[in-house]
Order: sequence, then structure tokens, then C-alpha cells
Amino acid sequence: MQRRIIKDKLFEIIIIILAMVSTLPLILILFQIVKKGIASINWSFFVNLPQPPGETGGGVSNAILGTFILIVIAGVFSILLGVLGGTFISEYKDKKISELIRLCVNIFQGIPSIVIGIIVYIWIVMPLHRFSALSGGIALGIMMLPLIVKSTEETLRLIPSSLKEASLALGASYTTTMLRVILPAGINGILSGILISVSRVAGETAPLLFTAFGNPFMNFNIFKPVDSLPLLIFNYSMSPYPEWHSIAWGASFVLISFIIILNILTKMVSRKWKTVF
Amino acid sequence: MENGILKILNFYAGYNVKTILTNINLSIPSNKVISIMGPSGCGKTTLIRCINRMHELQPDANFKGRILLNEKNIFETSPILVRRKIGMVFQKPNPFPTMSIYDNVVSGYILNGIKMPRIEKDRIVEETLRKVYLWDEVMDSLHRKGTFLSGGQQQRLCIARAMAMNPEIILLDEPTSALDPKATAKIEELITKIKKSVTVILVTHNTAQAARVSDFTAFLYLGELVEYGSTEKLFTTPKDKRTEEYLTGKFG
Repeated sequence: MQRRIIKDKLFEIIIIILAMVSTLPLILILFQIVKKGIASINWSFFVNLPQPPGETGGGVSNAILGTFILIVIAGVFSILLGVLGGTFISEYKDKKISELIRLCVNIFQGIPSIVIGIIVYIWIVMPLHRFSALSGGIALGIMMLPLIVKSTEETLRLIPSSLKEASLALGASYTTTMLRVILPAGINGILSGILISVSRVAGETAPLLFTAFGNPFMNFNIFKPVDSLPLLIFNYSMSPYPEWHSIAWGASFVLISFIIILNILTKMVSRKWKTVF
Repeated sequence: MENGILKILNFYAGYNVKTILTNINLSIPSNKVISIMGPSGCGKTTLIRCINRMHELQPDANFKGRILLNEKNIFETSPILVRRKIGMVFQKPNPFPTMSIYDNVVSGYILNGIKMPRIEKDRIVEETLRKVYLWDEVMDSLHRKGTFLSGGQQQRLCIARAMAMNPEIILLDEPTSALDPKATAKIEELITKIKKSVTVILVTHNTAQAARVSDFTAFLYLGELVEYGSTEKLFTTPKDKRTEEYLTGKFG
């Protein structure tokens, strides 16, 4: 009797310790970034351009704007396509083509991001003869696409078919049924899939190396190179200048905060728009 | 019963090579409650899903024969028009989860893109909800989501949704099988009331329910229409031996 309780307690303590150990790296990383990054955060960090080496101060406004532009381009490229693709494979589950798409999506997710960068370099950067925000956005969009397809499919698969029948039985057309009944019922899952995919690609560096390329100046033109936070972190942390290192830390802090906020937002969206069947 | 609102003539239906319904002939008079009863798997649901052309949405579904609504073959009419004239309520309550109670009632109009003034909508919502005895319970929460209601209320909302389109026929596919006795009693009561404005076809595997609410009863067994007649006659003096055995609980 006594032994059984002791064994139980012991096991409980072990799993608590293991759980804490597994979150330890995350906490250490966050601690490090906050410690080193918070020092460079001030108003001018968000509104100023980077300074030449040797001068203190300066900001990363170009990279923040660039990240934003890249994500918008990636979203334009991938959201509609991904949601429609996910809808298709959830609607035509048993068709051969759906199987094929599902397989492609799974393989897609496994392609190293640097390879996607090279492919976009060949497809878009070479024909246009220039690095551009457009090509960087497309590279990120290609990475978002399989995530959105999958999350859309998984969301729609959970919607009971009785809902579709109810709509069809009222005389609604198939298109109306999908657009007004089925997709709205899955809106929370679809939206959180999109947000998760954004937070996944927001930190990508590799696909941007030969596409968005980086740019120390402010740029709004999507046919010209732009900077992004992860690219800036990569470039600045490789530099020999200590001032640039601290900017890289600051940029890491901004990037991590952005991703954490996106994740919290995702949680809120899926809670707020949760559909009860 | 020669002048039925709905006539099913030499009708066969099934999936792929499997035949479920064989040679169904049925004439349904208007403004009555007709129950279709039979053991599980006898094709009751298939039959009513043919009446509003939902059967053919299933892959591999097939059918042969004619169904006439007001002497017009429904298979020569657009399925969308057929479904507006013949409403349907399903086994499990399925109000639209993203819509309010109000919008659920007028969802047939919303989904078909029929625009109308607010006053008209208000009138339809109140009138229909009164018809299904839901108005008093939900009049203060019309703009809340329909899925917050209890199961029985949800099912009455689904009946309201079908009734709001002013259909000629309403098909109820075991509407009370997911509900408790109290909610069932309410639905049965409203079925006998709504027949003033609509013809009701009720599928049930509950013989007592068929006896309580319907004017006519059809007994379906293994895809075959065994017997059809006034409920009173069918329950007291069944002509076919199988009907008698089913009613006395020997099978099914």
C-alpha cells in the first residue's frame, strides 16, 4: 500500500522535472535575447535606418518594413491558393488527384528552405535580373502554402457533413454552401492556420538570401531588394563591429516578440471564433 | 388518393449495383401527415432523400422512375427549385453554427440570395418561430447563436428554417431520434399543427410515434412498400402479415 503511493509520487516528480527540463532551453534563449536585446530597444530603433559601422545608435526600420512587405506578398501569393487547395482536397477526399496533392504537400513541407530560395532565384530573380521583395515574398509564400493547405483541410474535415446537407436541402447552390456555410464555420481554424504559417516564415533567413537579398535603405518598391529582420540579424551578427552585434540582438528581440504576439493572437482567434456544432 | 400532391411512380433507387428501393408506388395527399416506418436499413431515409433530390448527391447513387410534385416530374425540374419547395429536417439538429437564431430562420432566403426588407424578415421570423412554438423561448435572444439552444429547441429551429421557405412538403427524417421524451412530445405536437400549412412526410422507426401523429402510414420492408393506408386502418387491421408482425414486435 505504502509502496504504491511512494512509487506514484516518485513518478509524478520525475515527469514534472522532465517537463521543466524540456522548456529550459526555450527559457534560456528568451532570457539571453531579452537581456542582450532590450538594451538597444528605444524609439529610434524602430524609426531610424542603420548607421554605418563605428557610429552608435541607428535602427532597423528598413528591416521591420521589409519583413512586413515580404509577409504581405507571401500572403497574397499563398492564402487564397492554400485555402482553395485545402478546400478541394477536403471536398474530394477520395479522388486520386487529392491523394496526389496531399502527398505533394507533405513532401513540400520537407523541402529545405534554402532549396526553395535557390528555386525562386532561378525562376524569378534570374529572369528579372534583380533581387527583389517580390521574389523574397514568393519564396516565403511557397513555404506558407503547404501549411495553409494542411490546416484548411484538417479544419474542414472536422465540420459535420450534416451542415452541408442542411444548406443544400434549403436549395442553396454548392458554391453558396461552401462560401456562406462551410468556410465560415471553419474560419477559426483557417485563420489560425494562416497566422501560424506567418509566424513560421517570419523568422526564415535562408530563402531570402538570394531573393530579397537585404538592403540597408528604406525601400517600398517590390521590384527592388528589401531587408528583413532575420536577414539583418544574419548579416549584422556576422560583421566584426560590436555596435552591429547589439543591433542584431535588438532585432532578435523584436522578431521574437513579433512571433510570440502572433502566437498569442492565434490562440485568441481560435478561441473567439470557435464554432460550436 | 388519386389527386395527391406528390406521386411516386415505379420508383427504384440504390447505390452502384446495390438496389435499396424496388418499385415504390405512393401517392401522398396534401396537408396531411404521412409517416414512413420500417426497420433499420429498409430504405426509409433513401426514399425521402429521393423526394428532395438529395439522394443523387451521393457518389454512386442511382435511381429509376418518376416522382411527380403537382403532376410535374421533379427530375425534370432544377434540384434547387425542388429543394425550395420540399424542405427537409435531419436526424440530428444541425442549425448553422455561424448564424444567429434570427438568421437561421431566414437562412433559406439568405443562402438563395433573396433580398427583402427588414420588416418582412421580422415578420417571417416571428411567424415561423410561433408556428414551431419556439418564439416565447427565444424572443429575447434572437441574435444569439442557434447552437446555444437545447437539442429539442435546435431541432424546432431546424423545422422553422425549413418552414420559413413556405415549402409545399416538409420531410422529417427521424427528427426526434436524438431527443429526450419531453422534446419529442413538443415536436410531435407541432407536427400535427403545421399540417395546416404544409404536407408532412415523417420517417420514423418508432411505430408508436407513427400512430400518434400521422394520418397515413406506409410500411417499408427490405426496400419494398408492403402496405400503405390510413394510419388507423393499418394499425388496427393490417392487410399484410409482415405489417402485423412488425407492429407486434416480431421483427424490426
